[in-house]
Amino acid sequence: MNSAVKECERVNEQISAIVLKRPPRRGWLFGFGISFCFLMVLNLAIGCLFLKGVGIWGINIPVGWAFDITNFVWWIGIGHAGTFISAILLLLHQDWRTSINRFAEAMTIFAVACAGMFPLIHLGRPQVFYWILPYPNTMDLWPQWRSPLVWDVFAVFTYLTVSIVFWYLGLIPDLATLRDRARPLWLRRLFGVFALGWRNSIKHWKRYETAYLLLAGLATPLVISVHSVVSFDFAVSLIPGWHSTIFPPYFVAGAIFSGFAMVLTLIIPVRKFYRLENLITDTHLDNSAKVMLATGLLVAFGYLNEIFTAWYSDEEFDAYLTLNRMLGYYAWVYWLMMACNVGVPQLLWFRKLRRDPTSLFVISLLINLGMWAERFVIIVTSLHRDFLPSSWGIFRPTIWDWATLMGSLGLFFTLIFVFIRLLPMISISEVRRAATEKRP
Amino acid sequence: MKNDGQIFPRWCNTLAWASIAGLILMGGTMICLLAVVTRSPYLTRVDIPLEQPVPFSHEHHVGGMGIDCRYCHTTSEISPFAGVPSVETCMTCHSQVWKDAPMLQPIRDSFLSGKPVAWNRVHDLPDFVYFDHSAHVNKGVACRECHGRVDRMPLISRQETLFMGWCLACHRHPEGALGPREAVFTPRPPDQSEIRSWLQAHAGAPARPEMERPPSVTAQRLTDCSACHR
Amino acid sequence: MTPHSLTDLQKRIPAARGALLWKSLDQLANTPEFREAIEREFPVAADEWPDALSRRRFLILMGASLAAAGLTSCSRQPIEKLVPYVKQPEDLVPGKPLHFASSNVLGGFARGVLVESHEGRPTKIEGNPGHPASLGATDVFMQAAILQLYDPDRSQTVLHRGFASTWDAFLAALLQEENEWARDGGTRLAFVTGGVTSPSLRYHFRRISERFPNARWIVHEPACNLETPRVLPSVDRAGVVLSLDADFLAWGPGMLTNARTFARRREPGNTMNRLYVVESVPSLTGAMADHRFPMTPSDIVRLPEQISAEMRGATNPAAPPWLPPLVRDLRKHAGDSLILAGEFLPDSAQNEIRLLNEELGNVGRTVTYPTEALTFPGTHALTELASQMLSGSINAVFLLDCNPVYTAPADIPFAEALRKVSFSVHHGLYADETAEACRWHLPDLHALENWGDALAFDGTISIIQPLIEPLYNGISPHVLAAALLKQWPANDYDIVRSYWRGILANDDFESLWRQAVHDGVMAGSVSTPAAPPPAAPRAPPSPNPNAGSGLELLIRPDPHVYDGRFANNGWLQELPKPMTKIVWENAAHIAPATAERLGLHHAEEVDLIYRGRSIRAPLWVLPGMAENCVEVALGYGRTRAGKVGSGLGFNSYQLRTADAPWGGPGLEVRATGRMHRFATTQEHNTMAGRDLVRFADLTMYRETPHFAQQHGHTPAPDQTLYPPFTYDGNAWGMAIDLNACTGCSVCTIACQAENNIPVVGRDQVQRGREMHWIRVDRYFRGTVERPDILHQPVPCMHCENAPCETVCPVAATLHDHEGLNVMVYNRCIGTRYCSNNCPYKVRRFNFLSYVDHSTPTLKLQRNPNVTVRSRGVMEKCTYCIQRINFARMNARNQNRSIRDGEIIPACAQACPAEAIVFGNINDPDSRVSKLRTDPRNYGLLAELNTRPRTTYLAKIFNPNPELKNV
Repeated sequence: MNSAVKECERVNEQISAIVLKRPPRRGWLFGFGISFCFLMVLNLAIGCLFLKGVGIWGINIPVGWAFDITNFVWWIGIGHAGTFISAILLLLHQDWRTSINRFAEAMTIFAVACAGMFPLIHLGRPQVFYWILPYPNTMDLWPQWRSPLVWDVFAVFTYLTVSIVFWYLGLIPDLATLRDRARPLWLRRLFGVFALGWRNSIKHWKRYETAYLLLAGLATPLVISVHSVVSFDFAVSLIPGWHSTIFPPYFVAGAIFSGFAMVLTLIIPVRKFYRLENLITDTHLDNSAKVMLATGLLVAFGYLNEIFTAWYSDEEFDAYLTLNRMLGYYAWVYWLMMACNVGVPQLLWFRKLRRDPTSLFVISLLINLGMWAERFVIIVTSLHRDFLPSSWGIFRPTIWDWATLMGSLGLFFTLIFVFIRLLPMISISEVRRAATEKRP
Repeated sequence: MKNDGQIFPRWCNTLAWASIAGLILMGGTMICLLAVVTRSPYLTRVDIPLEQPVPFSHEHHVGGMGIDCRYCHTTSEISPFAGVPSVETCMTCHSQVWKDAPMLQPIRDSFLSGKPVAWNRVHDLPDFVYFDHSAHVNKGVACRECHGRVDRMPLISRQETLFMGWCLACHRHPEGALGPREAVFTPRPPDQSEIRSWLQAHAGAPARPEMERPPSVTAQRLTDCSACHR
Repeated sequence: MTPHSLTDLQKRIPAARGALLWKSLDQLANTPEFREAIEREFPVAADEWPDALSRRRFLILMGASLAAAGLTSCSRQPIEKLVPYVKQPEDLVPGKPLHFASSNVLGGFARGVLVESHEGRPTKIEGNPGHPASLGATDVFMQAAILQLYDPDRSQTVLHRGFASTWDAFLAALLQEENEWARDGGTRLAFVTGGVTSPSLRYHFRRISERFPNARWIVHEPACNLETPRVLPSVDRAGVVLSLDADFLAWGPGMLTNARTFARRREPGNTMNRLYVVESVPSLTGAMADHRFPMTPSDIVRLPEQISAEMRGATNPAAPPWLPPLVRDLRKHAGDSLILAGEFLPDSAQNEIRLLNEELGNVGRTVTYPTEALTFPGTHALTELASQMLSGSINAVFLLDCNPVYTAPADIPFAEALRKVSFSVHHGLYADETAEACRWHLPDLHALENWGDALAFDGTISIIQPLIEPLYNGISPHVLAAALLKQWPANDYDIVRSYWRGILANDDFESLWRQAVHDGVMAGSVSTPAAPPPAAPRAPPSPNPNAGSGLELLIRPDPHVYDGRFANNGWLQELPKPMTKIVWENAAHIAPATAERLGLHHAEEVDLIYRGRSIRAPLWVLPGMAENCVEVALGYGRTRAGKVGSGLGFNSYQLRTADAPWGGPGLEVRATGRMHRFATTQEHNTMAGRDLVRFADLTMYRETPHFAQQHGHTPAPDQTLYPPFTYDGNAWGMAIDLNACTGCSVCTIACQAENNIPVVGRDQVQRGREMHWIRVDRYFRGTVERPDILHQPVPCMHCENAPCETVCPVAATLHDHEGLNVMVYNRCIGTRYCSNNCPYKVRRFNFLSYVDHSTPTLKLQRNPNVTVRSRGVMEKCTYCIQRINFARMNARNQNRSIRDGEIIPACAQACPAEAIVFGNINDPDSRVSKLRTDPRNYGLLAELNTRPRTTYLAKIFNPNPELKNV
């Protein structure tokens, strides 16, 4: 028992130290500084965007969507791992999730924030974005409910809200811990406010458990729904390469695939930097890698299925599209996607690689790249050659396309760094529980 | 250990509950406030007369002297634009009556110099809305339906918000606004006896000939975007 | 050099009074930094890069635009002014346009127009149905004339040595000179004019030459061959037409009539005509041909002799294999056949062809020859004039409505010669290259600003009446002529009117005159051709000037900027060239095989070396070109065209010589290896094996008339999840007859004029952002040596199951109850989803702020009944909904339904071939319904179940059965 207390104390100390220890370490400052610079790039890009219009991007007729929606779908996808880990794995009693779920949830929220930005700024007239929302107005007009974009708004907002609530609820006990361990009064007060007067009483714990479980149940369907709805943006249209019933499952799988990739991309360096190997063990990496492998295979199936349907349906436009993807102007992106999303994950069959942080890190990076390429292939190559050869065109990204993409990365990492510094990136309470429950 | 981080006394539980209600309430009021502001006369200019170079009184000319709308707004039956009287029109009378009223100095100056008078526009639709006076007038929508009782306005002012919602309300159910063609230009709504006499005049013919629409015009068409926007 | 902003340039202008200020301004105008500043001050289109963008500035704007989001809902409307007339014009009804008949003159010849005027400002030009050269149709130049009227770059003041001056100052100067000329009868005086057919003007010219009998008169029309005797074909009478390099359907003063009459005779059936075209460069006429034979010019020259030899039954092995069957066909149709000679063929060939027509008995039936009254006065000896100017034997020259400094052949040093002349006067719309070299420049009046008259191609007298007071201090050519007769003050109305009073010496002149002005034409004034002057005897067979010698150069006018005079017209610059679809520049066209043989690549920059002169031009490999020749278009590479037209493309005049104005053999092409990026609106040239343009031979059509509907399958109407839409009133639809369409793309520019469509500029087109609502797709089919050239105008299809409608989140694009797919700009938030989901890609998006808010004159041109679109909104073809609503209001006010043909969209109204028909498909008697029941009728991509309202009538070829195997 006594040793259990020690164990808990050790956990408390180790995790809360990252937050409470002053001043920030040089490595953190460095990473934060770089991300912040990119955030400023985003600031510039959006400023210029509002000044000049979406024409600063390379988009045109026929390619009306390019980097903007590609980034949107990519970020939304990344935003899936969090809820998947915390909710679904919780319901499946996967205890190994405990030490990465907090981080994944935070990542989810930030990713969705980045994603949410794009549908807004990609508008020709962003100042009237609110016309998508149903509200009583002097024009007597409502949104057009048949449009998937309207469904999108609701899906994404719901997902964001639930994720935030879920994340915050999980934080409460840890905020209390920080409150109690913080030295300066103002800091204690601050954490005290956000801990909402948590007293660690049995009653609190009981209600907390219930609420947490309920939210988990609520969040689970959202994991499926959000990306299904996003996939409708394409599935309900009639453009060859979009017009496909396989999209919802294949998008969800891809989302979790990329989500886990991003989790590993972040967690491996962090765990090294803060020496958390004892909490985030190789087993965690191993399990995450297995999930990636599984979802990766689903994605691969999706690709093959698309090719098969194009051939089997004997539909000239689909057939042409598939060939154009493989051999056309953007073929290299397609093959990059294939290599990263179908080829690379096969390495995860080897246990050795799964448990080796460095190689896993590289693999996860490649998969992130591959998933971005996938969205680009789906959106741009489908659009640039659709039905009438006379209107075929080429999309060439401008510097502002790249600036916006890099900027969104800047935003994401800035938030991550801030989170690492201000909040416990690993759930103290759950790890405590796991640590004590492990003992006989 | 002493936890001065514990800043929430017991009664905060009640506060927690209250805050839920409070949040909802606040959100509600915010929305309502916005809605009210957008519909407020300050923005819609309903009942707020505009400063004009010459304080022309419809009350006097229409209500008092009984001049027909079409005497000045000549093209209201044949054109989208009802027409604003040229200075010449004013001078037809005011070269005789009130010849040297200081109030009419701008009119005389304009007539002599040939430099037109710039009135402040009271009923001003956005440029992407294409309203057609002739269509409404010929179908029996009386001027007063939109412009109100001008015969009671010393200075003209908006009587309606001119919101799209307001247009739609009528375009969805035009019956209410449609009257006998004869009554279109009467500033005040006709009383029962007049209506009866008109009905007799149209004996045999349907009570509202103007309601007969040629096959090309369907009721739903009135709510099409293309009815007003191009 | 450091770039200056206009403001600090102005700082450098000494604060001084009028003249001096002008002086300094003008001195500045010649400094490069001024031009540079100008460029930056008036960019052709907004560019991507935020110029001189300070962080603070855009952060403010950023904040502003974000705040706007909140404020748009509750922003107070600014008070607008309402400014009535002081004295309202009698026949003017505010809010309703008036139409006036006038004439548009190109190369001297009139085409009748009806001009739409809103409260005194002309906004749109339509064809005059009562005019023989228009028949209600227009060509691209007529449509673009309205933009030229409002062109801010038009010359606005009299210039003396480049400095602002006045008309009076000019008259004073003229007075002195005149006395000197009067003394020696104008021995040292010369006049250079563009083509002039105006009877009143030519009367004045005659009087002037009476005053100065020794003065020289020279006509300079660089884009047309003045030597060729003109021909009046009646195409509708001809069953078989053979065109030898004659682009009679799309070029020349009679083209609109030819296109109309040809289309009439094109309906598939027993009377369907057959068209053979032998040409070097694919032309619109060639694209219409049943048999098109690419041939180098030197071979075409020899063709007439070969034909006559064939007719005489002589065997000539040199003749191409397709010639005998062709000639047999001609003889079979002797009397209703027609052979047309290209404008640029030499006299010998012209004469030969005329003899052939006579032998075939066509003269007087399918072809007549105009009386000499129509040909121009004076000689065309620009070379001689230049030498006289250099030697000083000519020391006073008037240049009226021409720009020889730019358009003179390269071997004539016209600029230097002109600078030597002590008294040189240029009279034109623009202060162009010639104006710069002249002592005096007088701004001309636009045709819509002055009174005048001109003859149509068939001699019909056409009246030009002004629609608007001169925007700038222009001087009418009549007034200038009067000044030379010492008659001032004078005004063009009196001059023209009094001339006609004299001609129609008739006590009822007033009514005649009024009628003529009202109609735009003098009734019954067409010059009935007298017995055609006898053709010259057949010349002995000329030896082929260049048997097998290297490459040949062809110099041709540009289809859209003509000889360069329209270079500053944004509409014409952005109108895709019919065959290549390139915009804003010209190219050197070459046949694929030839390019391959010479190891040249598409879009490669090459040096064209011809008779010791060389220019650098980008190469465009054009299927269907004749081998061993390179074609270049005139009209580009101008230096003083204006803000829009200067510095585009390359100047082909630099290869032109006085003795070979249309090129010839002996061209050398040298590769540079440098690649050029064209701005083109269509990057892919084949149909990729898809049934987009459907066509058949006449025989096949007779067997299976419904062939066009057998491609693919059209799903049943109920195959949709959405509730069916009922159309119990009107149901608008459009049918486009691909068999009549020549691909002249006047529909595109007419639409641009009608619907306030902005010009976006070269760079934006390169990014794939052109804004045209109706485009003309051009596909090549078959071999690259002799491809079929297919044209297909593509407006919005107004699908009944419109894919765009279901995806718009804010219902900015919706169906209306007459089946229009309406686009509500003010509701659009710019997701571009609709465009992505449009299978026809006919939607256009304002990626940047394209509409010009800064230039006041351009605002005058806009159609008040069409919303001007702002940045970030989608737009597209509306079937000219403003015209539909206009007709509806008229009908409703008269309590009747809309009549068939009462609504004509801009594209249909402009079309010379009547290929576009619009109407109510619920009315079984309407023309469009009849066409939709035609077996040839099919819907583009109908297999997608979009149920398009715009449908096409398949194209029918009528080939010569004997030529099947050749």
